[in-house]
Amino acid sequence: MSRTTISLSVLVGSTLFLGACATGGGSEPLDPNADLSAQNLVVSNWAGYYPEDLATAFEEAVGSSMTITNHATNEEIMAKLTAGGDSGIDIAFVSGQFAQALANQDLIYELDKSLIPNLANLAPEADNLSYDPGNKFSVPYAWGTTGICYRSDLMAGNEPTSWMDLLRPDDMYKGKVTALATERWLMLPAQKALGYSVNTQDEGEMNEVKDLLLEAKGNLLAYDDTTFYSRLVSGEAVMTVAWDGWCNYGTIENPDIKFVVPSEGSDLWVDTMVVLKSSKNKEAAHAFINFILEPTNHAWVAENILYKVPNQAAMDAVLPGLVGDFPNMGFTAAQLLGYEGLVDLGNAAALYTRLATEITSG
Amino acid sequence: MGYVIAFMVLPVAIIATYSFFQRGQYGGIVYSLTLDNFARALDSLYVGILGTSVALSSTVTLLALLIGFPTALAITKLQPQHQNIALVLVILPFWTNFLIRTYAWIVLLSSEGLLNQGLLGLGIISDPLALLYTPGAVVMGLLYAYLPLMVLPIYAALSRIDPSLREAAIDLGASRFTALRQVVFPLAIPGTLVGCVFVFVPSVGNFIVPELLGGGKTVMVGNLIRDQFLKARDWPFGSVLAIAMVVMLVLLFALQARITKRVLGQG
Repeated sequence: MSRTTISLSVLVGSTLFLGACATGGGSEPLDPNADLSAQNLVVSNWAGYYPEDLATAFEEAVGSSMTITNHATNEEIMAKLTAGGDSGIDIAFVSGQFAQALANQDLIYELDKSLIPNLANLAPEADNLSYDPGNKFSVPYAWGTTGICYRSDLMAGNEPTSWMDLLRPDDMYKGKVTALATERWLMLPAQKALGYSVNTQDEGEMNEVKDLLLEAKGNLLAYDDTTFYSRLVSGEAVMTVAWDGWCNYGTIENPDIKFVVPSEGSDLWVDTMVVLKSSKNKEAAHAFINFILEPTNHAWVAENILYKVPNQAAMDAVLPGLVGDFPNMGFTAAQLLGYEGLVDLGNAAALYTRLATEITSG
Repeated sequence: MGYVIAFMVLPVAIIATYSFFQRGQYGGIVYSLTLDNFARALDSLYVGILGTSVALSSTVTLLALLIGFPTALAITKLQPQHQNIALVLVILPFWTNFLIRTYAWIVLLSSEGLLNQGLLGLGIISDPLALLYTPGAVVMGLLYAYLPLMVLPIYAALSRIDPSLREAAIDLGASRFTALRQVVFPLAIPGTLVGCVFVFVPSVGNFIVPELLGGGKTVMVGNLIRDQFLKARDWPFGSVLAIAMVVMLVLLFALQARITKRVLGQG
């Protein structure tokens, strides 16, 4: 039975060959009628960034079997994808600037949008992201910004409004501040405080950034990418550099934990889905992206991990129940687009790495 | 012999090979020969980090020796069946995951932690002490983690010493301290050196303790190497640093072997 289906789909596929070429979706044509149940999808995502039953739900809805592997960081998945040869991964979840790097290396597939009708659910603003204008190679999964997560009760009357409030804290807050250690966000508070771009490649500007961060290090409790919100809950810290979604995890436990984007502005980070060029299951991969973009599926991210999703329909459905407790969930797409999109640094990445080492070891 | 080649020689050989090539912009290796990675390792930034690591690990080793030697000596003085219990107690922490034990120190030392809250409650201090996220906390964590590796070889060396040698010294008029200093200690030097190497080597390469107990504010060479592979995607430079560590440790072992030989030769 399944063999007949496959040969049938090959036939149908070859008749559509010319048409697909004409639309110029990608390097090779996709078959809209491919037998998805014959495709076995391998997806690499961050642990905890998707529903536990995602594989079963997708198999039931679409028919393809699916394996999910986890990566801990962008760097880890990039190492796998750029090692050469077929990584065996069909879909990877990576941040926008890494999707850009993958596209520059010709490792990801230019999406065939005719197979992803649910792209229509995305907010119009989500089509204009600096790392991949027009979402040619990537589809945004979640987005947000970086700011200061703080204890409004312990800082009453002194609530932070500027990055400088964190970089040069009042005496009473010294030693009760944490910062992010991942390079781009380690630099961000000082870049914004000094009025520079989060994507600057200017060595002079970056040296000023380094000096300011070295000065700020003296008042830091610790660099902390993962547990800063629990330090706020315990009162060990009063002010932390934080991603919006993660700050919400503190707010769940203590409503006095609040999030603010400092007046100098911040970044727009986007986590995306990309289809690898080496994938042999591209039709199922497109079906997967389409499946995620279903408002009910995409809303899971907002509801369960309190990250904003660029899916207008999904946000409209869950926002009324969330925005009261977690005000930053209410940031609009337009507001987020007002922040500066992170893009790949290319060769300047080495400069950032070196300065980061100078700062953390200094 | 086969597994020595498979598990020891080959990985080091691969790392050594990587160190002569260039990094790809997004990770991986570009196979064109260069010596730049070695030149970069001599940069004062990285030499400084190596210096910090050696200084912290030496402090850890010295403290482990000061605590470990008397501990091992005390264990040898126990009844044989009690010695076994004491040795099990020394190894007991190894039954719990290293990461969990390190987190336990955070619970103990943080400003809202047990120690500070206890001292505050007793009125001994009025403000919490900054115990955590300091180089001192890193030394503390490494010392705690590797102290058993000092105690065990010293115990093994001490328990092998013929008790009649010490008794003879005391019969000939030596005080207990003199007998310890001139008879027991010299015979325990080889075991003590093994203990020192066992503590120093894992300390200098550790990156978990500096990250968790040092709050990421103390960078050791282990962190630097980890970052080259997992964050900076600069495998060739990470390989150079790893090779430099291997060379340093081989020299350390050679030194230990030499001293041991001299001591035993005199005995």
